[in-house]
Amino acid sequence: MKYLHLVWAALLRRKARTLFTLLSVLAAFLLFGLLDSVHSAFGAAAQSVAGVDRLVTVSKVSFTLSLPKSLLARIQAVPGVSEVSYANWFGGVYQDPKNFFPNEAVAANFLSLYPEWQMPEAQRRAFRETRTGAVVGASLARQFHWKIGDKIPLQATIFPQKDGGNTWTLDLVGIYHVSDRRLASQEGLLFFNWDYFDEARQFGNGNVGWYISRVADPKQADRVAQAIDALSFDSDHETKTQSEQAFNVAFVSQFADIGLIVGAIMGAVFFTLVLLTGNTMAHAVRERIPELAILKTVGFSSRSVLALVLTEAVALLLLGAAAGLVLSGLVVGAVRAKLGTAVPLSPVGLEIWLQGLALAVLVGLIVGALPALRGMRLRIVDALAGR
Amino acid sequence: MRAALRNLLTVLIVVLALAALAMLPWWLILAAAALFALWMLATRGGGQALAVTRVGLATIPQRLGSSAVVIIGIGGVVGVLIALLAMAVGFEETLRQTGTDDTVIVMRAGAQTELNSVLSHETAQLVEQQPQVQRDAHGQPLASAELVVVASLPRRSNGLDANVEIRGVDERAWALYPHVRIIAGRRFTPGLRELVVGKDAARQFAGLDIGSTLRLNGQVWTVVGTFAANDSHDSEVWADTGVVGSTYRRGSSTTSVTVRLSAPGALDALLANLAGDPRLKVDAKTTRAYYSEQSERLTNLIRVLGTVVGVIMAIGALFGALNTMYAAVAARGREIATLRALGFRGGPVIVSVLLETMLLALLGGLLGALIAWLLFNNFTASTLGQNFSQVVFSFHVSPQLMWQGLKWALAIGFVGGLFPALHAARLPVTAGLREQ
Repeated sequence: MKYLHLVWAALLRRKARTLFTLLSVLAAFLLFGLLDSVHSAFGAAAQSVAGVDRLVTVSKVSFTLSLPKSLLARIQAVPGVSEVSYANWFGGVYQDPKNFFPNEAVAANFLSLYPEWQMPEAQRRAFRETRTGAVVGASLARQFHWKIGDKIPLQATIFPQKDGGNTWTLDLVGIYHVSDRRLASQEGLLFFNWDYFDEARQFGNGNVGWYISRVADPKQADRVAQAIDALSFDSDHETKTQSEQAFNVAFVSQFADIGLIVGAIMGAVFFTLVLLTGNTMAHAVRERIPELAILKTVGFSSRSVLALVLTEAVALLLLGAAAGLVLSGLVVGAVRAKLGTAVPLSPVGLEIWLQGLALAVLVGLIVGALPALRGMRLRIVDALAGR
Repeated sequence: MRAALRNLLTVLIVVLALAALAMLPWWLILAAAALFALWMLATRGGGQALAVTRVGLATIPQRLGSSAVVIIGIGGVVGVLIALLAMAVGFEETLRQTGTDDTVIVMRAGAQTELNSVLSHETAQLVEQQPQVQRDAHGQPLASAELVVVASLPRRSNGLDANVEIRGVDERAWALYPHVRIIAGRRFTPGLRELVVGKDAARQFAGLDIGSTLRLNGQVWTVVGTFAANDSHDSEVWADTGVVGSTYRRGSSTTSVTVRLSAPGALDALLANLAGDPRLKVDAKTTRAYYSEQSERLTNLIRVLGTVVGVIMAIGALFGALNTMYAAVAARGREIATLRALGFRGGPVIVSVLLETMLLALLGGLLGALIAWLLFNNFTASTLGQNFSQVVFSFHVSPQLMWQGLKWALAIGFVGGLFPALHAARLPVTAGLREQ
């Protein structure tokens, strides 16, 4: 620690070079923060522990195919199932198809299966009691400036009404929050009352899209899932039941291998970053050889010279990384505030910070290693003589 | 005051040069480069610039490491940019090719995608009987009432379930889509539970080989053939509309009707007829328009993503180039001062440093474009399309994309070289000569 001023002096020796290198590092870690934010937004639902006790039952043929409502009572009777609810994809459009957000018709008890969505009891009651009632996540409400009491007209893309009308007008009665920021993308949904949906739709009445069941003991989830699927085995509406987590993993993997794309970009970025900062460090040490020799002359051990150079490299990377991560946090915050959940970005939280800083230390050690070894091994006589 | 004016002028030059690079067509930029070469060869100032540049280039081997940083840094930017944009271009082309201008798809009003649409049998009949629909030799309308549904099957790559689109088609579909050819096996027999599989779907999903069977809703289907359409239909599985309808409990309803126009100009008349019929509540558009719209959202997303990633990487590479070129100028300080003392003017010095950086950048751009082309041209990937099912497409590294990547490289080289170049020209001669 007492040599910190030496490291500092070394960094400030050529201010322009240090600044340019810092800005390169900053760009790399800005990108790291942004891409990691996208990556964890896709991964969050899959890694979340919030839904371990929930099972999703969809048609085995495809989750776009509906299931008969008669299954409800039979699933409820399966030992180990504590509560069952159901929902149907609605796919309505608000004002413009570009304003995409998921919207679903859900049974009255649906929200009670999702304790991680917080909403005042009065609003929960209002949702149960208002036929045309709807609830939305907080960030969706922010995005469209909705407040409780607003009427939200949705244009149907799948379900016209019995009278041929295409507009479903919903009354906003509740806004829920998700406290776990990693699951913030779940604040981008709209739910409305099943009864209104099922009575007013032109076709499909009496069928449901999927069932959600809560199991009393998550350890028994596999057994319960098999028992549920056994109910409809060899019928014309066979089901496939899996944990919500497994369902989400399979669903997200259908979009793209996000991990692969992000990994490939980050690989290219950090490969160039290592070369770039490595080059800077090599320069910095090469032109300071006589100075390092003097340090050794006045009594610095070879090991402390090694440590000095390594610290310099790590400090350079850490400074740039911190600045880049702060900036990515600001950018993600701004984009989320403006576009809401339309873009899959999760906040730049502790996890991304820790990963980023660890990566910075690693890159710092890699790029500092060769110049530091060179500084450690130099012979005072040769270095002072300029050989 | 003069310094401020000079800085302003520099910024103006940067902006103008970047705008020119972005706007001008390739032949104008090439012509400008040729004019520049002519200036170097023919005029006195140009000759000086050429001489200084050659000295500069000759010293590159002494600072190979830092020059490599410029090349690889810029190569990385160009490679990533081209790869991401090639994904957008490939997806867009796959879907656009799927449609044509002389076939029209009719769906329920407001449905946007086939999966969301439902048409009754009567509606489908009414649409087929329109006078603008072409008829075949037997007087039958060239139309296919289709039922798009989705099945969930395990993928070969990771075993996870993914959606495949099953398209129930009419017998007349083979005449309506003449480019769809059976490449193995045979066509399905109408009325039987038989499937023909698009070549991409066959590759992507397990259990779609010819002869294998598939259980859908308790019924057994047999795969009897493989077809190739060389567009997004290759990601689909085709079967008889009526049989698909019974398996999926859709009765006689369909999701869309596709018809061939009798004449190229018949579209407007058909649209007017459909809109004017009070029994119909449908949207109609050419299949070209329909499939192009389906790629819009994803390609825009990828384009924005690619540009953002590219810009941030470019900023990183730019500072790397600045570092390298400032160091190069500093290392050559004495040599540049000597040249100035001999009577060389500032201009040739600026040109030489700038040219050197841009040459390195061009090399990096070519390297990045080449790697992107080698790794990603025709690289196949798939994503969830608008019909909630997998669409297979291949990346396309087009010449336009490679040119675009080179322009990015040149832009980074220009900005990264200009400031060190100006700095080099401004170094006081006496101080430069005294330098070690």
